[in-house]
Amino acid sequence: MSKSNRLLNELGTALLAGDIDTVDLTHTLDPDFPVMILPPEFGQCARFRVEEVSRYDDRGPAWYWRNFSCGEHTGTHFDAPVHWISGKDLPDAAVDSIPPEAFVGPVCVLDCSRESAADEDFLLTPEFIEAWESKHDTIPEQSWVLMRTDWSRRSGAEYLNMREDGAHTPGPNSDAMQFLIDERNIRGFGTETVGTDAGQATHLSPPYPAHYLLHGANRYGLQCLANLDKVPPTGAILVCPPLKIKHGSGSPLRVLALVDRRPA
Amino acid sequence: MSIGDKRQRQAYDGIVVAAPVSVPYERYSPEPAHWWLARALSGLGSASGVSPSDVDGLCVSSFTLFPDTAVGLTQHFGLTPRWLDHIPTGGASGVIALRKAARAVQSGDAGIVACIAGDTNHVDSFRAMLTSFSRFSQDASYPYGSGGPNGSFALMTQDYMHQYGVQKKHFGKLCVAQRSNALHYPDALMKTPLTMEQYMSARQIADPIVLFDCVMPCAGAEAFLVMHEDQAKDMKLPFARILSTIERHNAYPDDPVQTRGGWSLDKDELWEQSGVTPADVSLLQTYDDYPVVIAMQFEDLGFCEKGDAGAFIAEHTFTFDGSFPHNTSGGQLSVGQAGAAGGYLGLVEAIRQLTGAAQQNAVADAEIAAVSGFGMINFDRGLCSAAAILARQE
Amino acid sequence: MVEPLKKPPKKNPQKRTVLPTLPPFARSRRALAFTAAAAEGRFVLQRCADCESVCYPAREICPKCWSPALRWDDMPDGGQMIAETTLRTSINTYFRERMPWRIGTVQLDAGPSVLAHIHGDVNERSRVRVIARTDKSGQGVMIALPEKETPNMADDRQLRTLTCDPKFRRVLITDGRTELGQAAAKAMVDAGASIIFVGIAESWRPYPGKEALGALPGVEILPLDITDTISVQELAGEIGGKTDILINTAEHVRPGASMERDGVVTARDEMEVNYFGLLRLIQAFGPGMRARGADGDNSACAWVNLLSVYALSNWSAYGTTSASQAAAYSLSQCLRAEMAGSGVKVVNILFGPLDESWRQPLPPPKVTPERLARTVAETLQQGIETVALGPVAEDVMRRFKEDPLVLERELSQIQLG
Repeated sequence: MSKSNRLLNELGTALLAGDIDTVDLTHTLDPDFPVMILPPEFGQCARFRVEEVSRYDDRGPAWYWRNFSCGEHTGTHFDAPVHWISGKDLPDAAVDSIPPEAFVGPVCVLDCSRESAADEDFLLTPEFIEAWESKHDTIPEQSWVLMRTDWSRRSGAEYLNMREDGAHTPGPNSDAMQFLIDERNIRGFGTETVGTDAGQATHLSPPYPAHYLLHGANRYGLQCLANLDKVPPTGAILVCPPLKIKHGSGSPLRVLALVDRRPA
Repeated sequence: MSIGDKRQRQAYDGIVVAAPVSVPYERYSPEPAHWWLARALSGLGSASGVSPSDVDGLCVSSFTLFPDTAVGLTQHFGLTPRWLDHIPTGGASGVIALRKAARAVQSGDAGIVACIAGDTNHVDSFRAMLTSFSRFSQDASYPYGSGGPNGSFALMTQDYMHQYGVQKKHFGKLCVAQRSNALHYPDALMKTPLTMEQYMSARQIADPIVLFDCVMPCAGAEAFLVMHEDQAKDMKLPFARILSTIERHNAYPDDPVQTRGGWSLDKDELWEQSGVTPADVSLLQTYDDYPVVIAMQFEDLGFCEKGDAGAFIAEHTFTFDGSFPHNTSGGQLSVGQAGAAGGYLGLVEAIRQLTGAAQQNAVADAEIAAVSGFGMINFDRGLCSAAAILARQE
Repeated sequence: MVEPLKKPPKKNPQKRTVLPTLPPFARSRRALAFTAAAAEGRFVLQRCADCESVCYPAREICPKCWSPALRWDDMPDGGQMIAETTLRTSINTYFRERMPWRIGTVQLDAGPSVLAHIHGDVNERSRVRVIARTDKSGQGVMIALPEKETPNMADDRQLRTLTCDPKFRRVLITDGRTELGQAAAKAMVDAGASIIFVGIAESWRPYPGKEALGALPGVEILPLDITDTISVQELAGEIGGKTDILINTAEHVRPGASMERDGVVTARDEMEVNYFGLLRLIQAFGPGMRARGADGDNSACAWVNLLSVYALSNWSAYGTTSASQAAAYSLSQCLRAEMAGSGVKVVNILFGPLDESWRQPLPPPKVTPERLARTVAETLQQGIETVALGPVAEDVMRRFKEDPLVLERELSQIQLG
């Protein structure tokens, strides 16, 4: 038995034994789930919609199926680098061309839930990251980094938290993004909110740093994640393959985390 | 009428009417109109001895003959006529058939004309007929309550009573008298006496019209023959002479509500041609789908002045054995209204009275009969009026 | 005097819902011009262009002079009652169920005498005002009204068969996020509707006027997104059986002609709201309303579509929106045909430029949302089916009637700014 065979055997055994939890980090695709709101004169993100084709009836007597439609950025979704103008010319930067190994890998969860509860506009900073690292060790290279805010427990208007001056939701500041890319060489960044950026990120420099910097550096984004509280700060494996849409800018997807249940 | 023909109308000398036939009415019949018309035709054969090859003229009136017309009936009835007519004038069809057939015989276009009218009455056929009666009723009358003729006649009656002071009791007297006549006519559908008290307390149908003002739709047929006097004598048939006739359609179109009929346009000519006067008339058969029309005919035919119908009604009994015998079989109000046969009922009864064929309801010494027709509520009023004066053989 | 309408009792769940029956529907082709005008609340008769005489019922030539030049003209509405009757029997099931029924002969000031339904406050041989409306069969009829307004006039039971009065009825307004939707809710409150269901899509997005809308008496805010089939079906499942009047206030408007659009995303959004949204509403609410067309004093009675007048003919400044509105207008015609037989009227209010953000650069005259909302209420109270609202819409409608092909050429010459 080769080394790799042994490794996957151990993984398989552990999964079957229940030693590894498969945690679903995905919201249900629901027509009423909030999407990013842009100024109305811009094109909008399509909502998730389903239309029945048949349901054991005259349209198809023995089968039930539906058509669904949505945007590439509807529901829990993956952002490819080509999503943003800063990533438009990068190689292998659309969902169909991103190397598949990017979709499975180690993940760190930065718990900002207390700070976000205290401040809806909480911004993740390099200082916060370094403080986190002082407790949990340095973020390994090529990791996924997820920002836990417990925002996924909110629903309805609270989730988008839209006011006349725009949304008020937490996210990273520019320095934090630059730090994660340059200093930690992360693979991607994910949030529980409707975007990887903070609600007021249009007023940051550059605007929308998570999008601008992350995608400009050919890194990936995940948003509308859930259940981050069930994922340990370090040591879990993230599984997040988007749909293989030709030159897709992103895709709704099922995001899973593999979590070791055994005591350390 | 600026360019109208002013020539003298020709008399009907030598033209006679014979062989009155009534096929006993039924409230509802599963048989088609063809069956009823066939019975009327064979009745003519029995009454006169004519056979299919003797009849060279046919005149038909029916509302329920669809999809046929008089043409189809020739083959159906084994006739090869050289003169054919189909008359759609409803309550005026009897007199109008008579005058058309008379002219055909007079001119030699036909020798013996069989005039037949009849309709069936299935359970739902009256409703079906009313709903598709005419374009004007479809467009402008039926959508307003679908009361059928009851609604139209209620409006006429209301305005007539208002204008001329005729009262409910006057109409009641006519209805009661006709019922009394009907009790002596075996084929009448109404067989129970009607009292004034019953009339006055009757159920309202369309104010001021009450139940006994309305005819009962039924199935039935009527027929007679028109031929030359010589022909009738050869066949040893009792007959009645035609003294005069009139016909008019859409008279007084600008009257907002109908309170008079076309007779008043033509009555002078009617009497002049007949050589008799209203006072000479032994019996009158009016078209009686509602009593208001009877009152209008009394006036417009000249039996009394316009507006005097109330007093006229008060004056007479209208029974076959009383003063001014009127609708001696009971009329449609008591015999029933068999569709187009309703336009023949009075004429056939008049022929019976003048030819000695009337039985228990015979008017003593009947010499001169006046018959009047009225038909087709196309929208809000009857469009057709007609009348004939007939005389006993000698 | 007509008794004021009482608030209908709660429905007896053990009683079968009365099925809609209809007054006579059949009309000649010629008479349909009367119906079409009655649907606009106009009273027209044929007038001879040669001898000026007015005739009735509808004819092919003038009965006075045989001229074929008969035109349908608006007529003075005055008249004199000559005769009247109260029908107590009818061969028609619809009327039979509603006996007794008053009809009468009216001598019109316009000339002819006509048969008409009679309002309960009309006295014998009095002067009357005659209006033309469509009845439950969708065909034009006349009703004689008292010459002067009487108390509770709108509550007359014969007149009510021709109107869609919101009083005591339950109304669904499909989009309450907009000024228009909120104004419509207010107008329905003012018109005496008993419940006003107001649909709100995407409650996770705030919208102005939310508090004031929720504070209106009788208003119930419910989730409804007409671009989402499931949402429409769920709401119909909840309130479809008690929706008496449906007012579709949802619209998706974007300026731009077809070549100014890159792709179909915006156009599809327009279709999703303006066309498919209407179709979803029809499929979810239509059958229930159609079955309740005779369900007592708060029967289902009206389906109101608010459409841009450019549904009639495309204005390229709003080219693809006009196309989606045209689709909606066409669908409303389909709906009207489907609702025939139920007594539910399909009301189309075709408005000129609405005073709202997507038409902000358009010059006046404009129609304010409040004006449009008030017109909805008045139109329902009067039982009218087609209204062109505002000077622009009236103008377009007039030209449309004159010659739709010429109108198309005229509209192609109107540029923005």
